[in-house]
Amino acid sequence: MTDRTPTSDSAPADIASAVAITGPARHPGPEEIIPPGVVPELPEKEPDAFLAPLLEPFEGARLEDSHGQEVLRLDRSRLLEFARAAKDAGFESCADVTAVDWYRHRRVRFDLVVNLLSRRHRRRLRVAVAIPGDDPRVDSIVSVWPGASYGEREVYDMFGIVFDGSPDPSRILMPDDWVGHPLRKDFGVGSVPVQFKDSHKVT
Amino acid sequence: MAPVPGLITTSVNKAASWARTRSMFPATFGLACCAIEMMATGTANYDLARFGMEVFRASPRQADLMIVAGRVSQKMAPVLRQVYDQMPDPKWVISMGACASSGGMFNNYALVQGVDQVVPVDIYVPGCPPGPQGLMHGILNLHDKIMSGEIAS
Amino acid sequence: MTDTRQGAETPETEVIEVWAAGTEVPLFDPTDEGTQEIADHESEARLDEQFGRVVTDDYFEEAEPGGEERTIINMGPQHPSTHGVLRLQLELEGEVVRRTRPIIGYLHTGMEKTSETLTFLQGPTNVTRMDYLAPMHNELAYSLAVERLLDIEVPARADAIRVLMTELNRISSHLIAIATNGMDIGAISMMLYGFRERELILDFFEKTTGLRMNHNYIRPGGVAADLAPGWRQDVTDILDTLPGRLAGYDDLLENNPIWLERTHDVGIITAEECDAYSITGPTLRAAGVPWDLRKAFPYSGIDQYEFDIPVGKNGDVYDRYRMRMDEIDQSIRICRQVVETMPKGDYRVADRKVTPPPRARIDESMEALIHHFKIFTEGFKVPAGETYVAVESPRGELGCYLVSVGEAKPWRQHTRAPSFYNLQALPIMMADSLVADTVASIASLDPIMGDVDR
Repeated sequence: MTDRTPTSDSAPADIASAVAITGPARHPGPEEIIPPGVVPELPEKEPDAFLAPLLEPFEGARLEDSHGQEVLRLDRSRLLEFARAAKDAGFESCADVTAVDWYRHRRVRFDLVVNLLSRRHRRRLRVAVAIPGDDPRVDSIVSVWPGASYGEREVYDMFGIVFDGSPDPSRILMPDDWVGHPLRKDFGVGSVPVQFKDSHKVT
Repeated sequence: MAPVPGLITTSVNKAASWARTRSMFPATFGLACCAIEMMATGTANYDLARFGMEVFRASPRQADLMIVAGRVSQKMAPVLRQVYDQMPDPKWVISMGACASSGGMFNNYALVQGVDQVVPVDIYVPGCPPGPQGLMHGILNLHDKIMSGEIAS
Repeated sequence: MTDTRQGAETPETEVIEVWAAGTEVPLFDPTDEGTQEIADHESEARLDEQFGRVVTDDYFEEAEPGGEERTIINMGPQHPSTHGVLRLQLELEGEVVRRTRPIIGYLHTGMEKTSETLTFLQGPTNVTRMDYLAPMHNELAYSLAVERLLDIEVPARADAIRVLMTELNRISSHLIAIATNGMDIGAISMMLYGFRERELILDFFEKTTGLRMNHNYIRPGGVAADLAPGWRQDVTDILDTLPGRLAGYDDLLENNPIWLERTHDVGIITAEECDAYSITGPTLRAAGVPWDLRKAFPYSGIDQYEFDIPVGKNGDVYDRYRMRMDEIDQSIRICRQVVETMPKGDYRVADRKVTPPPRARIDESMEALIHHFKIFTEGFKVPAGETYVAVESPRGELGCYLVSVGEAKPWRQHTRAPSFYNLQALPIMMADSLVADTVASIASLDPIMGDVDR
C-alpha cells in the first residue's frame, strides 16, 4: 500500500479557484490541504528487463518516469528490504539521501529520496518513500550502504526524520543543541530585516 | 633647548606603530571562498610578503591580525570568539568579504549577520570575494590607521 | 583526556547558548507558514538524542582491555592543514591513529534554504558558492537541472563554452589541490607555483565573466555573455604555458624521496570501500576504477571530445596526486579541441521567456522590455517536476536534485556534494596510520568545506 494522495476529479485545478469556493481569504489551518495538482504527478512506466526481477516482490511499488529518469515510489515499511535487494541486483552505491517537505501540498508530508547508482550497469534509480509528518520515522539503510550515514544525518538534522537503527543519529550541520529542523517549510528563513541608516522604520 | 612636550612619548608611539605595521602576522582564519583569495594575496602574484605579512601564524598566540575571510556560521561563532580572545594585544580584525561584514547574500538562520556581532572589527573589505587588490587596499588602510594613531589597538 | 591548545574547541554547551538563535524567542513575526513547534511525538528522550546527550555511537565509551592508553585529541576547526573548517577528533594510541571522527557544520550556510527564496535565474549565484574552487561546475549542474525541467536545449556554442569553462576550472581547482597537497606535506614552494598558474586561468575568467571566482556565468538557458574577443589567443597562451610548468612540478616532486616516502602507501582506500561509501572523483579513480561521469553519463556535448580517464593502482596519496596531474593534462587536451572546434551561433537559447533579451532591444521593443522586467523581477516559471543531474566536478559526482511546483522559485534544491560523501573516506584512510599521515590523507582527499556544509 503506497501512501499517495488520491487524485480527485472534483477538486479544482488551481489554488485560486479553490480559495474562491471555500469563502473569503483566511489563513488555512494545518489540517487543510491545498488541492492536488501542485505536487508533480509523474507518468507510470513499465520496468525493463533489468528492473523487472528486482521489483517483482514489491507489489505496491510504482515505477515512474521523470524526464527520462526512473523514480520508484515505495512504501516506507519495505525500504530496507528493497535496499538489500537493490544492492544484490547491482546498485553498488547509494549516491545521495535527501528529503522533500511537501508541507500542505500533500497529505503525507515528507518524501525521502534515495539516489542509487549502479556503476556496472550504468544506471541510476531514485527511490521516493513517503513519510507522514506526525510519525517521521523510517528504517536506516546504513547497514546496506554505510555511505548513506552522512546523508541520513543531514536529513535528520534538516527535516527531523528519524532513522531507526542508525549507528549515529546526531546532528551533523547545525550545532548540537539547535532546536528545530531548518529545511522544513514551517521553519522560516530567519532573515534579519535590513535597516537603513536614516530611516525610522524597519523595512 | 626648551623641552618639547611629548617629544619622547610621541616618538615612542610612532616607533611602536611603525614596528607593528611593518611586521603584522595574520592568523589563519580562512573559512570559505575569501580564504582562497586571501591565499592568492599571499602568493607570488600579489605578494603580501613585501609588507612583511606572508607568514600566516597558525597559533593565535603568535598573531596580531585576524582576517576573518568567509562566512561565519552559528557553529563557528564561538570558535571565532575564542581564537580572538587568545590573541595577545595589540590585535586588529579585518572583516574580509560581504559575508563576514554583513552576512552577505545569505540572510538566513545559519550565518552570523556580520562578524562584528562577535568581535570588534577595524576594517571592512567589501567584495564577494574581494580580489587580492581589494584585500591589500584594506590592509594598507589598516596600516595607515595604525600609523596615524587613529586605532591604538 | 589530553586537550591540545592548537585549535582548541570550547565545550559547546556553554558558549553556544549565547549564539544559537534557535533557542531564543524570535524577534520578528513568524512567517505565514506557521511557527516551528515541537510536536507531541518529540519526547524528552528524543530531545536528549537530538542534543547529543545520549551517546549511541560508542566512540568514547569503549574501554580497551589490556591497559592500552588512548588519548583523544582535537584537530581544528581552526587549523592550518584541515583545508577549511573541518574538525577531527582523533583517538590516538601513541603515534598511531585508531579512530577518527570528522565533525562538520562549521561552514553551514543554509544555501538550500536560501535557494527556495531565489528565482531560477538567481539560483546560480547561490550554488556557485558551494564548491568555491569549482564554481562553474556547481552552476552547470544547477543550470542543467533547470533546463531539463524546462525541456529546452541550449545551442551548441553554449555547450562548447560551458565545456571550455568547466575544464579550465578543473585545471585551476586541481592546481590548488596539488599546491595545498604539496604545502601540507612540506614542499612549500608548490603553493607558490600552483597559485601562480592559477592566476593565468583566473585572468581569463575575469576577462570573460567579470569575476575571478564565483562567476554566476553558466545560467539556465546558456551562458551569461559571449566569450571576449581574442579569447582564442588567451586560451592558447594558457594551454601552451601549462605543460612546461607542470614539468617543473614533476621535477620538484616526482623523484623526491621525501615526497615518495610520504605519499606511497599512505591513506589507502580500496574500490569496494569507495563503492560502499559512495566516494567518487579522483579518489575512486586512484583506487583503480575507471568511472568518470563525463564518459558514463555525458552532458553538454562532452562526448564529442577525445580524452582519456587516468586510473591509479593503489589508492594511496601518491596515486591521487598523480590522478590530478594527469587530469590536468586531459583537460588541456579537451580545451585545445574546444578551441579548434568552437561552433558559431548563439550563446544562449532563443526562448525569450527564459533568457533576457539583448540590452539594445529593450529600447526598441515593448515586448523585450516586458520580458526583461518579468525575468529579472518575478522570474520565469518552471513547470512542475523533479530531476537529478550530476556532473563530474574536480572532486567527484556533483549533483543537483531540483523539485519545482510550477512557480518561479524552486520548491527544493539539494546539492549532492562530492566532498560531503568523500569525507566518509577519512576514517578509513586514517585508521591505524600515523598522525603525520593524517595531514597527507586530508590533503589528498581535497575536501572543500563549502561543499560539505553548504
